[in-house]
Amino acid sequence: MSETIKVPTMAEYMAEGKKPEILFWVGCAGSFDDRAKKITKAFVKILNKANIDFAVLGTEESCTGDPAKRAGNEFAFQMQAMTNIEVLNGYEVKKIVTACPHCFNTIKNEYPGLGGNYEVVHHTQFLKSLLEGGRLRVEGGKFKGKRITFHDPCYLGRANGEYEAPRDLLQKLEVELVEMKRCKTRGLCCGAGGAQMFKEPESGKKDVNIERTEEALEIEPKIIAAACPFCNTMMTDGVKAKHKEDEVQVMDVAEMIANAEDL
Amino acid sequence: MQYISNILFIIALAAGVGYFTFNIRKIIRNIKLGQEVDASDHQPERWSNVVRIALGQSKMVVRPIPGLLHLFVYIGFIIINIEVLEIIIDGIFGTHRIFASVLPAGLYNFLIASFEILALLVLVGVILFWTRRNIQKLKRFWANEMKGWPKNDANYILYFEMVLMVLFLTMNAADQQLQAIGAAHYVEAGFFPVSNFIVPFFEGLSESTLIIIERAAWWLHILGILVFLNYLYFSKHLHIILAFPNVYFGKVVPKGKFKNLESVTNEVKLMMDPNADPFAAPAEGAAETPAKFGASDVMDLNRIQLLNSYTCTECGRCTDECPANITGKKLSPRKIMMDTRDRLEEIGENINKNGEFKPDGKQLLDDYITREELWACTTCNACVQACPVSIDPLSIIMDMRQYLVMEQSAAPMELNVAMTNIENNGAPWPYNQMDRMNWTGEK
Repeated sequence: MSETIKVPTMAEYMAEGKKPEILFWVGCAGSFDDRAKKITKAFVKILNKANIDFAVLGTEESCTGDPAKRAGNEFAFQMQAMTNIEVLNGYEVKKIVTACPHCFNTIKNEYPGLGGNYEVVHHTQFLKSLLEGGRLRVEGGKFKGKRITFHDPCYLGRANGEYEAPRDLLQKLEVELVEMKRCKTRGLCCGAGGAQMFKEPESGKKDVNIERTEEALEIEPKIIAAACPFCNTMMTDGVKAKHKEDEVQVMDVAEMIANAEDL
Repeated sequence: MQYISNILFIIALAAGVGYFTFNIRKIIRNIKLGQEVDASDHQPERWSNVVRIALGQSKMVVRPIPGLLHLFVYIGFIIINIEVLEIIIDGIFGTHRIFASVLPAGLYNFLIASFEILALLVLVGVILFWTRRNIQKLKRFWANEMKGWPKNDANYILYFEMVLMVLFLTMNAADQQLQAIGAAHYVEAGFFPVSNFIVPFFEGLSESTLIIIERAAWWLHILGILVFLNYLYFSKHLHIILAFPNVYFGKVVPKGKFKNLESVTNEVKLMMDPNADPFAAPAEGAAETPAKFGASDVMDLNRIQLLNSYTCTECGRCTDECPANITGKKLSPRKIMMDTRDRLEEIGENINKNGEFKPDGKQLLDDYITREELWACTTCNACVQACPVSIDPLSIIMDMRQYLVMEQSAAPMELNVAMTNIENNGAPWPYNQMDRMNWTGEK
């Protein structure tokens, strides 16, 4: 994890009169959250390695409005959405890749009705397409044979029907993929969705992330693989609450690929 | 006098169907209290959903044991209706097993045999359902919202079906014995692989006793069906009819796609348009600003959401998969549906009594569904995924959150902070938008 990363912005591309192949939508967590920033960097390292022609919006990016919408604040959501759409359309963006399933879902499903039409892919889908297109090669490396479970993000899985892309990537890493009892269409939420990330949970007998972490720990994985910065935080907190942080890691699929390649 | 039974039958049939129609019209009227919604899109998907999910029971069998048992009862319900048709024709015209004289003997025997086997399977299914509820006490049948009427309702339905199936088989057994002793009017017809085993109990009985048994079972069976038909309206059991339209009207876009409020879009566009004249009169024919954002009562919900509430049969698969409910929060998606229906029924009664809705000082929010329930939702779509008949409790939760936030500014404090941050600095946390690229330089 030494060499510097190259992250061009759309403004720089525009100044040179060029257009990148993809726009990498970093998202708020990916930009500001210490844990999520590592995922962002890992993904960029892969993009650099595969020589992908990409750019970010940088300081022109703003929250998609997802948490506002799920909290019931349609005004705040649509203000955010329309502002972002103006920026994206101004740059004539065609294809957006993001490592956050919430950004992915919102831009893919809710922006078209407001004038924002793009091809939107989740980073696991994009990485899968790179592997299939031969633009990136991955071998098991340090994860080969390791016992790993995958936690489905609600907004990638149930919300958009993508269960296989992250699992295909894990298979490429030659891990021993073990499924939790509740997985894929019946996967249990980490507890962060619907703006829960930004508030205290209602009173109950347990926090959702603890319930989910216990389920994951039952099958004794070495790594809990995630594909969402919020799930990552929730599961990391859960593992810590269970005092298992020395035995079990929570890693984004992109981090695993970058790590396997020692990027 | 010889037509007395035909006349009685026709009266019973007309009363049964008439009262049912009367009540169904009330349901339709109540559903129409909701907002209009356009569901003319995605027709091929909608029909394919009806075939797969409703007719094909594809989501029921996700849980194999209840799925299989339900399949018995469901197929039994559909197929045995052919027999009910015969019973109705016999009842009106005083014939006996009319289809036997119309259909080839082989086909008729096959039909009767399948009805009998299905009746047995229904009986087995229903008895096992009863055990799961009352002996095994599966958690989802004993949740908070299942006390009192909902619990009894579920058992009454099972008893009804048990009795109907026993009557059907008894009728066939007595009929068989009557055929065997060559009673007049009881033409030899049908093949009875199940009721065959009841016949020994009837051996040695006189013809007149057998006729009484057969007639009593026949009458009780058809009257029971008519009573059961009318029980539906008062029960959660309406799903046997409403599941089909409900699945048709179910969500056909990705589950993560929540609808954008058009009224908000118009205002936001106005705000962002530097040339907009804020004092301009609205254009002719332009949609008026809605009286209210979001939903605080059932009339604010749309018609599909209200149909959802009548369709819910309280199986609790949604609640069983809800992360908030699993971890002991008050939220139960099933209760959201039951509350919506109960409130809608209350408003319906109000209209029945007063001719139109007289405000009763109550609403869905707070009087039925509490804020604590609404804020516990993670919008994970597990409830929507789990519902075997495409009910969407999440959409109701979202509409009610919109009311809380946009009409009452009543979001939990931490959420207000996050939303203010989004509005001020474009992120739910208080970081400056100008710092969005800082991660590139950090080690």
